[in-house]
Amino acid sequence: MDFSSISRRRLLQGSAALTLGTALGTRGATAADTTIGFIYVGSRDDYGYNQAHAAGAAALKKMAGLKVVEEEKVPETDAVEKTMESMINLDGATLLFPTSFGYYNPHVQKIAGKYPKVHFEHCGGLWTDKDPKNAGSYFGYIDEAQYIAGIVAGHTTKSGKLGFVAAKPIPQVLRNINAFTLGAKLANPKTTTQVIFTGDWSMPVKEAEATNSLIDQGIDVLTCHVDGPKTMVENAARRGAFVCGYHVNQSPLAPKAYLTGAEWNWEALYPKFIKMLAAGQSIPNFYRGGLQEEIVKVSPYGPAVSDAARRHADEVKARFMATGLTIFKGPLVDNKGKTVIAAGTERGQKDPELEKMDYLVEGVLGAAA
Amino acid sequence: MTSEVADSVEAAAAAPTGFLGRHGATIEYILIPGAALAGALVVFGIFVALFGKNPLDLYFYMYQGAFGTWFSWQNTLTRAAPLILTALCTALPAQLGMVIIGGEGALLIGALSATSMALAMPSAPPLAVQFAMAAAGMTGGGLWIMLSGGLRQYRGVNETISSLLLVYVALAILNHLVEGPMRDPASLNKPSTREIGAANMIGSIPGTEVHWGLVFGVIAAIACYVLIYHTTFGFAARVAGGNIRAAKIVGLSVGNLILTICFLAGSCAGLAGMVEVAAVQGRTNANLAAGYGFTGILVAFLARQNPLAVIPVAILIGGIGASGGLLQRRLGLPDASVLVLQGIIFVFVLASDALYGRIGFLKGKP
Repeated sequence: MDFSSISRRRLLQGSAALTLGTALGTRGATAADTTIGFIYVGSRDDYGYNQAHAAGAAALKKMAGLKVVEEEKVPETDAVEKTMESMINLDGATLLFPTSFGYYNPHVQKIAGKYPKVHFEHCGGLWTDKDPKNAGSYFGYIDEAQYIAGIVAGHTTKSGKLGFVAAKPIPQVLRNINAFTLGAKLANPKTTTQVIFTGDWSMPVKEAEATNSLIDQGIDVLTCHVDGPKTMVENAARRGAFVCGYHVNQSPLAPKAYLTGAEWNWEALYPKFIKMLAAGQSIPNFYRGGLQEEIVKVSPYGPAVSDAARRHADEVKARFMATGLTIFKGPLVDNKGKTVIAAGTERGQKDPELEKMDYLVEGVLGAAA
Repeated sequence: MTSEVADSVEAAAAAPTGFLGRHGATIEYILIPGAALAGALVVFGIFVALFGKNPLDLYFYMYQGAFGTWFSWQNTLTRAAPLILTALCTALPAQLGMVIIGGEGALLIGALSATSMALAMPSAPPLAVQFAMAAAGMTGGGLWIMLSGGLRQYRGVNETISSLLLVYVALAILNHLVEGPMRDPASLNKPSTREIGAANMIGSIPGTEVHWGLVFGVIAAIACYVLIYHTTFGFAARVAGGNIRAAKIVGLSVGNLILTICFLAGSCAGLAGMVEVAAVQGRTNANLAAGYGFTGILVAFLARQNPLAVIPVAILIGGIGASGGLLQRRLGLPDASVLVLQGIIFVFVLASDALYGRIGFLKGKP
């Protein structure tokens, strides 16, 4: 049951080296002995946050020696504690991915303390060194992908007005809005982003209203940060606006209107985690990265993206991939005229100050609080 | 479960008419909901079979997930605990003929009040904090539902609509406070209040992992039952519920009855909110709006508004919730299938209402 029991050899065996497996004669005897549990807060086909994780789970299902169990729509209450325990007790899971941000404190901490032999990998980057060692938290700098989407949006807009449908004014969301806007201003310094906060992660009616209201104001490119971008994408496309996606690739919902989008790349990260464990290493408790580390990615460009936009976006992407690029650097002024990052200061992705972001940069129309 | 009901039917049928005459009504109360439940399970089985799954597997996993192991039982009871309390929020006003569906709002306000109380007394001994939290939670939730009762009594506002709309007001207040004045600055991406502190948590019932909310719920349900069926106050409430004009003619203060009952109802849901904070979350944030108040409505109606019957029904619904995960994992059914089952049960139980007093062999001789 333990992870040390999946050898690197078995993984190889599963992917290609069948002869090796036959030679060892162990095939089948220990197959599917590692069970991995995935827990989602919403439905796993939401074209959004949960679907991105389900895509990661699907990547693990293809690997040999792994069995994946999934449960969706688990609220952030003691229900998730029971789901984790049920996966451990009834399914024999030894690695759990409780994927919602709100699962961590207190639920994952509590269950991780209770089952020290089970590994917990939480999405959200909340782990601190006071927490159980068998728990870990990973996250991606998706603002890098938003920055590139912003460049494409800035090139595409004719009115110079972009729209952003956002859930709550918390640091993570503000960072995406700011990165998107800074990207757009690279393309056209006069671009503005109007933001509307709906107040919660999944409010389809308010998201549709916000989308319509933004388009009524003459906005012609929209993006969002809510759990399920489907509502925004479909409504905006119906009204003839262009969209940048979020979480996963929403181009099937709006093939013509979809420009690009900021996506999670869990299907690359999760197999990487499994390979680390199989090689006898442990997953770092605090694991983060952006485009370069393949934790986030940018959707393929849609048909409406101009050549100039592609070139510009590709060039910036290449810089992210090569050396890492700093999005938030001084002088940076917020939309109230206050300098938030002084000239000469660069706040790289790992800078803890960025985790506390409470401002909207110049060019964003809206209030952070 | 269903086989037990069947046994009791056989036993009842074999018993002399005198027994049926004396206990016919009681048997009816067990037989009809039992049959409705069995019918609902059969229909759900057919529904699942249409998706190409074996209904027998379904029943097995439901049993295993809800009641099959000690772990499953604890899972079920943990889920049932808040439902007993929120169901009472609907069941008590029902005695007065009022349909209150805003238990969720009272739960949120109760949680908020309890958290505020704990945060206001940082250096008090844990027991004092816990009592103060319970008192604050019950008062907050009680006043919240009393608002609906008052609107109905003094302004003629329909209490069903007002209590439902007040849920959204409560949620807005909670979000405002949690994201504004009461926010813990350290809760960056998950706006929350400060934690009440590990020492102030109420913990689990010894020997189990089920929190004390279950005990509170059972005590509250029994207390409500005694209040409604064995006190003059309860009698007055039932008279007013049966015929409000008759109640006024005999000199009952209907206004006071409405306000008191609404306060008690709300304080049950408020206590559920306090327990969610003090036993589960340790603080207040948007996680508290998990729908316990709404599921409580279902529980109350399935229990036919009887405070005592709320206990087994809450356990049943808790069990369905507990087994839902296993159905997803083993049978690959979507989460919504559990809602489908709850819906089918609800329809069957409501439809079976028509059967009371119509089953010939249970009528006996007067």
